[in-house]
Amino acid sequence: MTFAEKILAQKAGLDHVEPGQIVTVTPDFCMSHDNTAAISKIFGKIGVERVKDPERFVIVLDHTVPPSTEKYALGHKEIRQFVAQQGIVHFYDGGVGICHQVLPEKGFALPGTLILGSDSHTTTYGAFGAFSAGIGRSEMAVLYATSKIWLKVPSTFKIVVHGRLRAPLTSKDLILKIIGDIGADGALYRSVEFTGAAITEMSQAARMVLSNMAIEMGAKNGYIAPDDKTFRFLEGRAVRKYYPVYPDSDASYEKVLEFDASDLIPQVAKPHTVDNVAPVEEVAGTKIDQVLLGTCTNGRLEDLRLAARIIAGKKIATGVRMLVLPASREVLLDALSEGLIDTFVRAGAMVLNPGCGPCLGVHEGVLAPGEVCLSTANRNFKGRMGSRDAEIYLASPATVAASALTGVITDPRDVFEGGAE
Amino acid sequence: MIEGRVWRYGDDVNTDVIFPGKYTYQPLTAEEMAQHALEDLDPDFAKEVQEGDVIVAGANFGCGSSREQAATCLKAAGVAAVIAKSFARIFFRNAINNGLPVIELKEGIDGIAKGDTVKIDFENGIVIHKGNEYHFPALPPEVLAILEDGGLIPHVRKEMGKEKYP
Repeated sequence: MTFAEKILAQKAGLDHVEPGQIVTVTPDFCMSHDNTAAISKIFGKIGVERVKDPERFVIVLDHTVPPSTEKYALGHKEIRQFVAQQGIVHFYDGGVGICHQVLPEKGFALPGTLILGSDSHTTTYGAFGAFSAGIGRSEMAVLYATSKIWLKVPSTFKIVVHGRLRAPLTSKDLILKIIGDIGADGALYRSVEFTGAAITEMSQAARMVLSNMAIEMGAKNGYIAPDDKTFRFLEGRAVRKYYPVYPDSDASYEKVLEFDASDLIPQVAKPHTVDNVAPVEEVAGTKIDQVLLGTCTNGRLEDLRLAARIIAGKKIATGVRMLVLPASREVLLDALSEGLIDTFVRAGAMVLNPGCGPCLGVHEGVLAPGEVCLSTANRNFKGRMGSRDAEIYLASPATVAASALTGVITDPRDVFEGGAE
Repeated sequence: MIEGRVWRYGDDVNTDVIFPGKYTYQPLTAEEMAQHALEDLDPDFAKEVQEGDVIVAGANFGCGSSREQAATCLKAAGVAAVIAKSFARIFFRNAINNGLPVIELKEGIDGIAKGDTVKIDFENGIVIHKGNEYHFPALPPEVLAILEDGGLIPHVRKEMGKEKYP
């Protein structure tokens, strides 16, 4: 059996499942964020007084923190009341970080667990060997009441990545290349397993980028086999004992796709779809008004380190606004102690509090009509960051940092200290 | 059997253009949500949509964010069904969970244009367009039951033996 078949069989209490089969499961953990205000109201319509298993739910405020409007503030207040009433202990108020960074840091993203979240990028925890997928608000409300949900067993694509990524290339370039090649629906409804030498060599943070963006090719989940790097990350964090699940060696895959990281060049997704990908040369010279470094895709310490290495001692180009959005308080503190934040601020960047920020266009740096943003985030849909007449390009932290210095989209290999490795 | 006027869109219609993120964390009524439906894709839609209209689109309809309002705003706008070559999985679930029929149709979509009329025979799984019949697969029984009960919350209340929510 593939990873997806094996774990869904296990969680459904079955010996064997087939793709297409519908199973009823109880997730190990369920995640919701600022949408908990709406979910708690839907929960109220079910007619059940108490959340069945409060310890199963993790709530992280991140999308509109700190609230920029009275309505957002009221939503947060309602969530705090709900959490207190229902005895939900795994609650992280604004400032702790973005949910997809907080769940790993706080030890919920564990190998062999089933995690569902009312957020599409819940796929991120696949990098820890969890089966994790996004669901809707009504489904989360029903999970509060019953702890049960139906899932269809997906068939599986195996994506094998050979070779080795050479700095300043990152896993972001790799996932953009994969999505560009197979398309925004290239893995629709499939489980994806990322494997191969390049994945094994990657840091845990770099792997999270792949799983985070698996949804951008339509995948239900994006699994990476947990290894010593994963176990080391979870040391002192894991909220409980865990039991990794690995695909069987004779598992049956619908498709096996192969890529080579060694000959990769920096990739950029052009407006307005994530699969509209081009090599950086094709868009180099495009004028930009804003850059965003951070988010649940690329707001981790190694992303900030790479960008700071390029920016250190230099200034952001005149007319460009650079926003730095660390993925969590832990990342922010580490970046502070390493002097990275100092580097960014001296270069002229604005540092935002950990959270989702302008990525989804609700606050903290939305775009005016006609403006162009180069971002390390995961989506560049029309209107995503504000005006529907703005344009969003997506790239790696290295490309974003290099471009912040020049004011136009720039190949990071041109400015990376000592050139490309 | 329903009959509806068609709004026609292409591939990869994402949930951001169906329901922009800036409204996602605001408590809005169904009518308010309907006013923003498809705002960043087709500003005419919310103004001119009529009860019973049908959306016909290409592949991967509803990709992107998990926001449930992408389904509820269409339902609130009076859309009777969405027919597409394929759906993103979270949107598909959200639509069913809100009693909005979603029909995955492999053939015939390319010939359907804006303003055409389509008939949908849910019982027999047939879309009829200009006299041609195109078949779509039935939903699994567990999933069909949710749609037939009008969505997940009424379905769960029914399973718990509770009365229909007022």
